[in-house]
Amino acid sequence: MTESTVTEPLVVEETETRRGYAGQSVPRKEDHRLLQGEGVFVDDVKRHNMGFVHFVRSPYAHAKIRSVDVSKALEHPGVVGTLTGEEAALLTDPFFQISSPPGAHLRDFCLAVGKARFAGEPVAAVVATTRETARDAAELVEVDYEPLPAVTDARRALDDDAPVLHDDAGTNLTWEGVYEWGDLDAAFAEADRVVKISELHFHRFNSTPLECNGALVEYNRGTGQWTIITNNQFPGFAAIMMGPAMRVGLDKLRFVTQDIGGGFGNKITSHPQLVACCLLARKLRRPVQWTEWRTDFHLSMSHGNERWFEDTEVAVKNDGTLLGFRTTALDDAGAWLRYEPLGGVIWAQVTPGMYRWRNIRLDFKQVVTNKAPCSPNRGYSRMQHLWFTERVIDIVAHELGLDPVEVRKRNYIRAEEMPYETPNGCVYDSGDYAKMLDTALELIGYDELESRRVDAEARGRLLGAGIGSTLDSGTNNFGQSRLINPELQFSGNNEVAMVKLDIFGEIVVTLGTTPQGQSHETTAAQVVADMLGCSIDDVNVRAGHDSYWNSHAGFSGTYASQFAVTGLGAVRGATELLAAEMKKLASVVLGCSPDDIELAEGQARMKANPEAALPFMALGAIINANNAGLPEDLDVTLNCRYVYRPPFQPPDVERKFGNLTLTYAAQVHAVLVEVDPETGVYEIVDYAAVDDCGVRINPQIVEGQVMGATAQAIGAATHETFTYDEDGNLLTPNFYDYHVPHALDMPPLRTGNIESPSPFTSMGTKGMGEGGGAGIHAVCAALQDALRSRGNPIVYDSCNPYRRVWELLSDPESSRQRVTVEPG
Amino acid sequence: MGAPVVTSQTVRVEVDGTTYERAVEARRLLVHFLRDDLDLTGTHIGCDTGNCGACSVIVDGKLLKSCMLLAVQADGSSIETVDGLAEDGQLNTVQQAFADHHGLQCGYCTPGMLMSATALLRENSSPSDEEIARAIQGNICRCTGYWNIFKGIKAASGQEVAE
Repeated sequence: MTESTVTEPLVVEETETRRGYAGQSVPRKEDHRLLQGEGVFVDDVKRHNMGFVHFVRSPYAHAKIRSVDVSKALEHPGVVGTLTGEEAALLTDPFFQISSPPGAHLRDFCLAVGKARFAGEPVAAVVATTRETARDAAELVEVDYEPLPAVTDARRALDDDAPVLHDDAGTNLTWEGVYEWGDLDAAFAEADRVVKISELHFHRFNSTPLECNGALVEYNRGTGQWTIITNNQFPGFAAIMMGPAMRVGLDKLRFVTQDIGGGFGNKITSHPQLVACCLLARKLRRPVQWTEWRTDFHLSMSHGNERWFEDTEVAVKNDGTLLGFRTTALDDAGAWLRYEPLGGVIWAQVTPGMYRWRNIRLDFKQVVTNKAPCSPNRGYSRMQHLWFTERVIDIVAHELGLDPVEVRKRNYIRAEEMPYETPNGCVYDSGDYAKMLDTALELIGYDELESRRVDAEARGRLLGAGIGSTLDSGTNNFGQSRLINPELQFSGNNEVAMVKLDIFGEIVVTLGTTPQGQSHETTAAQVVADMLGCSIDDVNVRAGHDSYWNSHAGFSGTYASQFAVTGLGAVRGATELLAAEMKKLASVVLGCSPDDIELAEGQARMKANPEAALPFMALGAIINANNAGLPEDLDVTLNCRYVYRPPFQPPDVERKFGNLTLTYAAQVHAVLVEVDPETGVYEIVDYAAVDDCGVRINPQIVEGQVMGATAQAIGAATHETFTYDEDGNLLTPNFYDYHVPHALDMPPLRTGNIESPSPFTSMGTKGMGEGGGAGIHAVCAALQDALRSRGNPIVYDSCNPYRRVWELLSDPESSRQRVTVEPG
Repeated sequence: MGAPVVTSQTVRVEVDGTTYERAVEARRLLVHFLRDDLDLTGTHIGCDTGNCGACSVIVDGKLLKSCMLLAVQADGSSIETVDGLAEDGQLNTVQQAFADHHGLQCGYCTPGMLMSATALLRENSSPSDEEIARAIQGNICRCTGYWNIFKGIKAASGQEVAE
């Protein structure tokens, strides 16, 4: 165990958390095993006689499946069995759909049934004794396809002649909703100018965790229970999807995770593949192992939502005061709604961005296309919307001849207005956005901007500065799903922790979460050690998640920026219960009142007489192994479970109004780019990221999250894109074509932090980790700034590879046609 | 009918000081041989195309991606993997520097990163920032943005690291 760096005494009174380990960058508990290659990732787990699963995937984006013939595959030596869509349709029911009609009518099974709807969709599965054999045999499965026309552009999906993906729905428009708050007519009447933007596009990408999805599934014939060792990051959701589809209770589905090689939301919707593995394990009477290949991941798993913003109108005063906007968001969900259409409401957590806009209308339409299904990706749905608000700010500022810094400051929600209720009833808990911006500008040396422009120009380069302001809303109120479908019976949120004192004095913490690098073992131990007055080395936090531990609830998992609130809230609650029990037990033994006892230095001792002390080991031994003679009514187990539940009300469905998330961490990024006007090649020459996530339990871990999210944003802003051709072929199906940032791509980075404690959480913490989208906004803004002197083109896409920058340089006018400014 | 085609071969390798001998399908990749046949799962797989570097190992002193090599090609070689870096559970200098500077989050790319860093520091005991970036250019990390990995490698070389 790595030694802690804390030297100050750890005296804790009345179970209040005092500054001890919390707030310090203590070394991570996870590192010791991970640095020695001793983590246990899903593909590391083996079972006797296990078979390897390989999925047969559709080569067509849209095709009728006339027949599937597995006979040749079954004859291949080493093949132990197969599963087809027809079998799946008999053995399971379609997955529950979150959407109201028409999306509700989709019939989604674990394998394609009757029709394939995107290139890469699993059509059948083959199991063999080795990975290689399974892959070979998959090529022997004969699928008779009848290719159909495909639609890959969301803007064409509703055309009369567009092919309809799902006959059961009868339309490609699977969900739509109108969101309107405030008084739009009044806002536009008051406006000096109306800035109109015909179309903006947020592109399709995801975070490509380095470990792909996988599972090892065993079926116990005697109990009818499956054990699913997996890297799914939201087992609570997977269980809700899988149980009804498989026609079993959730007690039949045991989920186990340990180390997960990155998730970023992309490992939430692996439930179809997990169901296929469950069916195979039962059918073939042997454990089956599935590890997704990189190309399979890119082809089929959890693309981030692609969104078009059409016909935007912004009401603005001459001084840059923003009064309101209206727009239509057209969201491309891909072929299936596996977590969608929740993206149709998640954006509303951050409706006005960081600004004081009070009058907003957004018509949200979600369509299906012949592309991989969309599912959460770091910054899920808020990132798209916040990119839109940031683009609007810069375009408005430039078109009105105003300074984007000043327009932001004029319109930012102010520190003294916190907690601030947005037009749709969300409550921003705390923050000082203007101060964050000042800090970011200082870090990139904004004062020197004009001289740096001159210097760059002398070298034949165009310098641009850009700002990205973003919110990292965390701890969902799942009641927002009712704005999508009023029939849904979800609301609130929860997370579970158990804290136990065992026989030899071991403190054992069990979580419901599924961390993928977020360091929960470390931060949970920091909180527990402070509250119990012991060394962090004495706190053992179990790695991963296991349904058998019963330390989970319906929303357990690791997603959506919440551990510092929900997870640590549960840890804190359970530790408070345990501390009270330890004091009660010590008071019985020492013959005093529980109020006379304090926990410190690994002991329960009398405050007035520290010599009268029981080491934790004694307490653990008494209850667990030496309890004869204890008072009958002593209600002490030293094994305490707590379910954290944030204080939410269900939102008002009619008005689409209510608090959708508990905390609002924020990030402001500032960036300088230099563009070569001859080629469009550009370089990020300075970068600053300023974060505010309230009280930080471990600053180094927080900064690590900020850095990682920033890198992902830089990748997405510059190169990463899931591009399809007209026929629905993915052109970026692996790391050859899908260029993620490498070491040499990283710009110099400066980080800053301010701390605005949340008034709504017990420790002042806020969930964080998803604010990095600010980097996309900032790079777009910087490019637009850099190109101003070259015809003032409009940066209209969230992804700007060099080719697109060159297009903007060579033909600024066609981008400019997207924007008009009219008198109000 | 001609003679049956030989598709497997006996491979003998030394991995982190232990010698193994196994009959291996000719087409089996070295990384799958290490992970599946020898159960040495410290070395990871992150792509199908040789881009990500999670499988990096040192073969006869040379840094290689073990997904780009067949197991039979490694016959007779001596292989170093992440499993051999620590001694008696004590992290070595490079591993400790990664921990000190938070150079890992999920830990999935880490084995490959550590091997690339190890190979670099053997060749160049005092690398510049640029040399460090070049040395790990073949290793993808999706969690850290590399900044803390640069710091870790720099610190492991004994150079001062700006915080």
